[in-house]
Amino acid sequence: MKETPTTATPKKILFVNTKAPYGSSLARDALDALLAASAYEQDLSVLFLGEAVFQLLRNQNPKDIGMKSLAATLPVLPMYDITQIYAQESALSTRGLSIDDLVLPVKVLGADEIAALMGSQGAILSF
Amino acid sequence: MKLSIAVYGAPHSSEASESAYRFASAACSMGHSLIRVFFYHDGVHNASSLAIPPQDETQTTQRWQALALEFNIDLVVCVAAALRRGIVNTEEAERYDLESQNLGKGFEISGLGQLLDAAVSSERLVSFGH
Repeated sequence: MKETPTTATPKKILFVNTKAPYGSSLARDALDALLAASAYEQDLSVLFLGEAVFQLLRNQNPKDIGMKSLAATLPVLPMYDITQIYAQESALSTRGLSIDDLVLPVKVLGADEIAALMGSQGAILSF
Repeated sequence: MKLSIAVYGAPHSSEASESAYRFASAACSMGHSLIRVFFYHDGVHNASSLAIPPQDETQTTQRWQALALEFNIDLVVCVAAALRRGIVNTEEAERYDLESQNLGKGFEISGLGQLLDAAVSSERLVSFGH
């Protein structure tokens, strides 16, 4: 396999989350991929769209359904130098959520800002 | 154009691998360079050599193998997703003392870094599967 060109200019890579936290393991898999990606010195950001904003909720207790809590892992993102964390404004408002309900400081984006964010990326990984 | 593909869906139960294959095949036949197909989440089932679909249905694993051979494509399976779902190569089968291995020829098991590497080294990374 080809090796990652680590000396090249960092590429802007956006991870887009679209799934609710526990109905499938895709939310966990997206987080694992994001943490793995943090080792490669790229310009990473992450966006929570639609049902995925539920991944960010405080006070998750999925132990009762045999799952590990995403809310226990998400707060480590800034320690992995992942600080560009975004949530969709309408996804929060239609679910009656505010940034005070979330485990991470996120920047809330409207539709136009999301379009601009996506347009500025070198690659998008959608989960 | 340099392309990579991520597949998150299992064959038969999801349309993802069918769509991914058709996209891959079309891109290659149009002269694009498909660097890697990365199988993650339920997509790792695409690599199973023990799946026996009826003869008149799509032979998913063989089809990926043939395409990879013809166009020199990396077929990479995420190790964490694969081990969770019982997709193992000889090395992992020995490590965990399993009865058999079932990773199809031409596929290789590697880490999630290969997904990021695909995003970095390709002009487009196209995801299939949800």
